[in-house]
Amino acid sequence: MAKQDFPLIFERSKEGRTSYSLPEMDVPTVDLDEELDASYIRQTPPELPEVSELDIMRHYTGLSNRNYGVDSGFYPLGSCTMKYNPKINEDVARLDGFTYIHPYQDEKTVQGALEMMFDLQESLKEITGMDAVSLQPAAGAHGEWTALMMIRKYHESRGDYSRTKVIVPDSAHGTNPASAAVAGFDAVTVRTDERGLVDLEHLREVVGEDTAALMLTNPNTLGLFETDILEMAKIVHDAGGKLYYDGANLNAIMGYTRPGDMGFDAVHLNLHKTFTGPHGGGGPGSGPVGVSKELEPFLPKPVLVKKGEEYTFEYDRPNSIGIVKPYYGNFGINLRAYTYIRTMGAEGLKKVSEYAVLNANYMMRKLEKHYDLPYKQHCKHEFVLSGKKQKKLGVRTLDIAKRLLDFGYHPPTIYFPLNVEEALMIEPTETESKETLDGFIDVMIRIAKEAEENPEIVQEAPHETIVKRMDETTAARKPILRYYK
Amino acid sequence: MEFRYLPMTEEDKKEMLDVIGAASTEELFSDIPKEVRLTEELKLKKPTSEYELKKELTNMANKNANLKEYTSFLGAGVYDHYIPSVVDHVISRSEFYTAYTPYQPEISQGELQAIFEFQTMISELTGLPVANSSMYDGGTALGEAVNLSAAHTRRKKVLISKTVHPESRAVVETYTRGQGIEIVEIDHKNGVTDIEQLKEQLDDSIASVVVQYPNFFGQIEPLKEIQELLQNQKKTMFIVSSNPLALGYLTPPGEFGADIVVGDTQVFGIPAQFGGPHCGYFSTTEKLMRKVPGRLVGQTTDEDGTRGFVLTLQAREQHIRREKATSNICSNQALNALASSVALSSIGKHGLKKMATLNMQKARYAKKKLEEAGFEIAFTGPFFNEFVLKVSQPVSAINEKLIEKGIIGGYDLGLAYPELSEHMLVAVTEIRTKAEIDTFVKELGDIHG
Repeated sequence: MAKQDFPLIFERSKEGRTSYSLPEMDVPTVDLDEELDASYIRQTPPELPEVSELDIMRHYTGLSNRNYGVDSGFYPLGSCTMKYNPKINEDVARLDGFTYIHPYQDEKTVQGALEMMFDLQESLKEITGMDAVSLQPAAGAHGEWTALMMIRKYHESRGDYSRTKVIVPDSAHGTNPASAAVAGFDAVTVRTDERGLVDLEHLREVVGEDTAALMLTNPNTLGLFETDILEMAKIVHDAGGKLYYDGANLNAIMGYTRPGDMGFDAVHLNLHKTFTGPHGGGGPGSGPVGVSKELEPFLPKPVLVKKGEEYTFEYDRPNSIGIVKPYYGNFGINLRAYTYIRTMGAEGLKKVSEYAVLNANYMMRKLEKHYDLPYKQHCKHEFVLSGKKQKKLGVRTLDIAKRLLDFGYHPPTIYFPLNVEEALMIEPTETESKETLDGFIDVMIRIAKEAEENPEIVQEAPHETIVKRMDETTAARKPILRYYK
Repeated sequence: MEFRYLPMTEEDKKEMLDVIGAASTEELFSDIPKEVRLTEELKLKKPTSEYELKKELTNMANKNANLKEYTSFLGAGVYDHYIPSVVDHVISRSEFYTAYTPYQPEISQGELQAIFEFQTMISELTGLPVANSSMYDGGTALGEAVNLSAAHTRRKKVLISKTVHPESRAVVETYTRGQGIEIVEIDHKNGVTDIEQLKEQLDDSIASVVVQYPNFFGQIEPLKEIQELLQNQKKTMFIVSSNPLALGYLTPPGEFGADIVVGDTQVFGIPAQFGGPHCGYFSTTEKLMRKVPGRLVGQTTDEDGTRGFVLTLQAREQHIRREKATSNICSNQALNALASSVALSSIGKHGLKKMATLNMQKARYAKKKLEEAGFEIAFTGPFFNEFVLKVSQPVSAINEKLIEKGIIGGYDLGLAYPELSEHMLVAVTEIRTKAEIDTFVKELGDIHG
């Protein structure tokens, strides 16, 4: 450890220091070591820290100070919907009656929890226009895979084993083709046309009797609404395929349109994006799936239903794809999303999308004079700039991102989507004020000027952060994945 | 209605629309075809004020029988343990919980270092050198492990013991279907994996052998014997799912030649919360390091030579591999991994064994008391903090009577094992007191008359 390094919790450890407070041994004891063959008794204790309670608080408070969240500042990370995480959600999720309940308790003793889940399912059905919802999947990618497994089983249930391909736009999230592969499909790419939308002609070419599904975000990852959606749905449906909606970008359209109305057969939602479950530094998330009547029999088990006044889980689902996660999904995150939906109602959710779209368009128009904008039409909740103008000056998009750190901003998503050179994907969300947007716009303009006048300051950024750019090459070549004393 | 998360004023909106050159926000949605436009408001419950909503949800929460007010002997994969107060104070720091995945290492050193520390702790517990940043939960981590074993060995058949958690086995079945993997279940005998049957099934078509340690019945699986069996099948991988608390007392699976050890860290600082979110862990050997699913954090230095941490070996991951990916996992359970790290820091090197021992002693006391009261215990091998109690009424009926006495009874094994109807899986953790155990035994006795 060098002088300037922040110590690891293990480096704060001192033999004999403790921080635990375990209950007393109040029962007569037996000799445990006699019961087991000695080879099953651990000889060396795991090297866990020996620290005091204050050591722990100082350590983790120090770490939190070396981290940046939405509460720290503006976080326009495209495709991730980094909106404000309401505090009532956190309070509610910590109520004893929600926090300290066991998944195998008798259903009669958890009716409140089931009521919340059922009501959330109903709300999500209404918001997406789908016929049935399962809260089981743990995250967006998990939801994608779950829905693809349902689509697979649907085709197989009709004796159709020839549908081996899933079509994915070249602008799609990486999880789309990966989920298709894990579900046992081959992913086929469909091109984006000069409008930034799916190339219909190419779609017609790639669709066929082997098409299981088309996976689509709408608005797409360029932040553009796929205006041909009805035609696309027709092309895919006529070929016998299903239409899958990646709900990562739902924040743009709530109350304006619904995947179900656009012809989608299955959707997943990211409750940790649109519905304010916090991102937690990478999780936990929650990725419920919604499906049409036709796909409902294939929902993962168990299915929560209401019988009279009682809520109950159904396990007898002969066509189900089975269990995708132990227990009942990420209940704690679902509860936060439910609290948010109840706070906002229909009126509030529509305003969310209205302002998310207003904010993105405002920023786009302000910045298009300084950065290349590949697609000129109105965007939805996010937009993608290209740094190719700056690249000619020797300043890469990565440099722009790092320079933003000096001004206290989290940078946008960079180098995604893959079909835009030097991409900068900006998603402001609806919870940011005009002053915040203006502040960020000013800095982006300033960086564009710096790229012209003083490129080194951008190329060498960041200058103000606690650490400089990291040596990622060595990290990957000679991986150090844990600490050794 | 006012919306406290929406800061735009009418004046802001007007100024912004002027810049955009649009007459109204409606115009910004004109690219949505009329045929699919909603014409009515969504049919949702009305917006609710903070005070009213909190009250309503508190009432909803109060309809549930919670583990704070009831005395629980229910485990079966989710346990009621002591959670140090520091845990919630740390994970409530919003620099942690409102952050995204640490893509920008310069402003994410806190999260990255916390994950690096988590990886170290998991590695210490399992006895394997590599651990990832976490998985959704123990069940899905096992599904990923099995898929990895098939991809790595290029074999399509897996042997899994019936003593593995029933829901984890069900997840494995669903996870592997896309890859066309055949799952063969090995029966249990005397509460542990039937070694003879395992031996018969083991040949050079097997990608991996999967067991749980301690197993679903609480029994300690004979890992040494399985390791010996696998000596003759060097290519077959050995996958062990483990309750990491038990590894405070038990020899870690890594020392028995396990190639992959997975499980759930719910036991460390994560409340039951109706089954999720919990936190899966995934650890493995150096050899498989570049095939691990999910995120990995590595140590490096910055331009000035200061130690720092980054997401690393990303060539494995879905956003790079896309259709060639072998796992589609994108998120991890960072915040819950942090909770477990804090809990493990608090419990510490010596506290862990003490905690594991408390569980074992209290479970043994409960078992002895039940035996003295005339109950039969189904399996007699060494166990951790759970054991199987034979009863003479349906477990659900017993549990209905127990809840009236303020007790949440054990898991009804008949639900997952038809041959074990009228068998209750009883869990006793360190927080159960002698008095609570005595009451449980008495009430069970009274129910049985």
